[in-house]
Formats: sequence, C-alpha cells, structure tokens
Amino acid sequence: MASETTTEGNYTKPLPRLKGMTGEWFGWLKKHELRFQKCTGCGHWRHVPRELCPECGSDGWEWARSSGKGKLYTWTTTYRPMHPSFTEVPFAQVVIEMEEGPRVLSHIVGTGVEELDFDMPVEVIFDDVTPEVTLAKFRKSGG
Amino acid sequence: MTTLKDQACIVGIGETEYYRKPGSGMSELKLMLQASQRAIADAGLKVSDIDGLMVPILGGTAEDFAANLGIENLRYAAQVNMGGAAPVASLQTAAMVVANGIADYVLVPAGWNGYSGVRAREITEADIEFQLGHTARDYYLPFGFNAPPQWYSVMARRHMHDYQTPPEALGAIAVACRKHAQFSEKAIMRGKPLTMEDYLASGWISEPYRLFDCSLETDGAAAVIVTTPERAKALTGHAPIYISGVAEGHPYPADDIINRPDMFTIGLTHAAPKAYEMAGIGPEDMDFAQIYDCFTFEVLQQIEEAGFCARGEGAGFVRDGAIELGGKLPINTHGGLLSEAHILGMTHITEAVRQLRHEAGDRQVEGARAGLVTGWGDFGDGSLAVLTRK
Ligand SMILES: [Zn+2]
Repeated sequence: MASETTTEGNYTKPLPRLKGMTGEWFGWLKKHELRFQKCTGCGHWRHVPRELCPECGSDGWEWARSSGKGKLYTWTTTYRPMHPSFTEVPFAQVVIEMEEGPRVLSHIVGTGVEELDFDMPVEVIFDDVTPEVTLAKFRKSGG
Repeated sequence: MTTLKDQACIVGIGETEYYRKPGSGMSELKLMLQASQRAIADAGLKVSDIDGLMVPILGGTAEDFAANLGIENLRYAAQVNMGGAAPVASLQTAAMVVANGIADYVLVPAGWNGYSGVRAREITEADIEFQLGHTARDYYLPFGFNAPPQWYSVMARRHMHDYQTPPEALGAIAVACRKHAQFSEKAIMRGKPLTMEDYLASGWISEPYRLFDCSLETDGAAAVIVTTPERAKALTGHAPIYISGVAEGHPYPADDIINRPDMFTIGLTHAAPKAYEMAGIGPEDMDFAQIYDCFTFEVLQQIEEAGFCARGEGAGFVRDGAIELGGKLPINTHGGLLSEAHILGMTHITEAVRQLRHEAGDRQVEGARAGLVTGWGDFGDGSLAVLTRK
C-alpha cells in the first residue's frame, strides 16, 4: 500500500514519542486498531488524549474502538517543503472528522491532491512505518 | 468596578532597520537592545527610569536586558507566552503593572532574526514542543504539519468552502499591505508594487496560500515604553497615546487547532468584545486597524472576529479599496508583516502610535484619534488593544 512504508532503518521522518497516554494511543495503532478516549461518565469521545473529560470533568475513560470511518473536513496541500524530511511535494495534510466526532490530522493514501474534496468519505488504514510505530492514515472509501 | 481604561499610555517607540539577505549581522538580543534604546530616547527618558520589563518570547531574558541596558533597579519582569499575540497582550500586563504602581516605566521589546536565524522550515522537534506543546509534537509533526502556513491554511480552505470566500479577498489584503508599504521608508517591499494579477499568478506555498499570502521573514526589532497618564503628560516630546481598551483571548482547545467545536472561534473572538467594552467604543469608531498579518486569511478572519463585519462577510468588507488608505478602514498602514517587515507584531503597535501622534508622514490617516492593534499567535491566541489620543 502506502509508498511511505519502508523497511527498518530507512524511515527518516519524525516519529511520535511513545510515552504516557500518547504511547497508549499509538500502541492500539500498532495492533491496527484506531481507538479514542471515550468518557465513562458522559460518553463524550475525545482526541488528543487528555486526563479529564472537558464536557463533564470525569477522569474515567476507556479506549473505545472507532469505526475507522470519517470524512474529509479540510486540508492543505504543501507545495514548498517546510521540513527536511517531507520534501516530496506536493502532498496533502488532511483533517479527518471521524464518525464518533474527534478529528485527526493525517495523510490520504492513493488519492491525488487534485481529487480531494470536502466531505469525501474515507476509512483508516494502518501504516507500519517502523517496527515500533504505526501511523493512522486514510484512503477514500466507497461512501 | 476597577478598569484599566486609560490607566496607561505608550510614550516611546523604537525600531531597528529591517533586514533580509544577508541578515542583520546582529544577535536577536542586540537588535532588541537597539530598538529599546531608541524607544527610551523617543520617550525622552533615561535608562535609569526603566523599572519594568515585558520579557519577549525569544531572544533574551530579563537578566540579559537589565545587564546590557544598565537597568540597575528592575522592579518587575514577566513574560506573556502567546507567540505573535504577545506584544499586544504584553501591553495589557504593562498597563496592569503601571496602574498598580508595581513599576513606573515598562519596556516592551520584541525582535528576532526571522530571516537569517532559525526559520520555520528548519524548526526542530524541541522547538515545536516548546512553542506549541505535545499535540503539535506527537500528532502533527509525524505528518509534516509543522509550519504556520500549513496550520492556518486548513482554516482558510474551510472558510473559503463554508462562506464562498474567493481568493481575490485574500489578494485584496496582500495588495493593500503592499500599497501601504510604498509609503514606509523602511519597508522591505518598498518600490515593489503588487497587483491582483501578480497575486493570483504567484505560486502555491501551502494551498490555498500562495507566495503573496505569506509574510516576510525578517531580521529586526521594535520596542515601546508604557507608563501612567500622569507621567506621560510630563513628557513633552509627543502626544501621549492611551491604552483605552485591551484584552487577550485563547482559543479552545488552544493546543489543537483542528479539534475545535467551531474552527473559526479564536482568541480574538473572546478578546475583542472585552477590549471594546473597556474602551467604551467599538469597531465603527476606529480610524484604522493594524491587524496581525502573518498570512492574508488571518487578517480576513480577524476582521470578522473583531466585529468589523459578520463572520463570512469578510470578502465583501475588504473589496474595492475599503481597507486601503482613504478607504473606510485602512489596515496595516505601514505595510504590515506582509510587506513592511515581520517583527512579531511589535511594529503594528509602533505604527498605531505613530498614526495617533499624527507623525505618520505620507501615510497619515488624517485626524486619527482611535485605532486598534491586534496580535495573533501560535494556534490562534489573540490580543487586541484600542489606542486613542485625547
Ligand atoms: Zn464526560
């Protein structure tokens, strides 16, 4: 699938730090599951991970599994490289609004930048960029 | 109820030259020290009068400033960590400080080697973490979403979709700033006029941002001095300029630009009504507006959120020269970050003061008595000051 999937040692792009709740979130991605924090007090879904529910104040939450489906909320297309490891331009950075509510910053795989459109239906795919890190990316779905 | 209305004045302004290639050849601290000395001299003060300092977001500590300038009795120092919104928000803190007698004369500097120093495209993981927090570091950076034109253009694109905002609306802002820069002796884009055709023909940076939607990475610094009205009246060099209303605001959540219930509610949305209420005047009373113009769309968005028009109506507001000198609301009369120089918003304050002093030369807004200055920083932190002359 994704052209960015590489073998160990070749991946030069910045990686997340796998600490705390961020480590847990990426830990689910490594198992090819997209999960978000869901408040056990009021049911509110949230991303990025936080200690408390901003809706009700509860510190109770579970890692609830997302359907993996969402739609394209907005995006930018980078034409001028702005980071030394992201030089293959143009490429789009997309904001995906998941069915459950949270929005995720990611990349679209398999769809050219000219074909992107608002509310385009997408589904998650899992890109194992290193043995430790899997990134959640998206592809156009049948909708 | 206590109020900060007219409890503080800006009495001194100072700026360095503005540098692009090959750079200033000075440290960021040296640039800010030079601007500070000029502001102190402009106010008619001595270094020994300065006893308060708003520490800039980068380039020097309170200790650096005091030791280098020769401030022997620094009574108050604090930092407002709001990126480009910090200079205007620092006016609020400075006003609180002098109004309460904590210090008498507060120096507010800002500056950087924005051209020759570390630039956005060279930003490190540690810089991202330090300036913007762990969301940007762990959830954005792995996707190369690390630079301001990328962050803000996702908002611009959604606005263009939701409100049918055309590219010409952003172009009108670029053209207005460039036009005004022709009257600014120090503007980097002086002598380089820009037409709408030039704007529309410029290449993509981070679509929908083109080259001419982006501000000028610049080396330079500027500074202002804030004191009480009583002390200001004793300084006879220039008309005192009153901080009549001032406020800061923070978007929610501030550290995650994409997960907001309403993407267009920013810090300024909260700050603007508060500042107007304090000042007792509103957007319709402004003779000009110096609006933080890191990118064109941020100007359009701030025009809307500062209440000059309803959200979604910015494109109609900026057309037909309305925001140019001679129009109903001249913006960025010095050329702004887009066409004069990017000094982190501090030159928006110095220009507003110059206009209200009636010392703006060829670009003077005739009879200006009230104007506003905004700041925009990080993921939409906002600040707004209503400045007046009596
Ligand atoms: Zn809850």
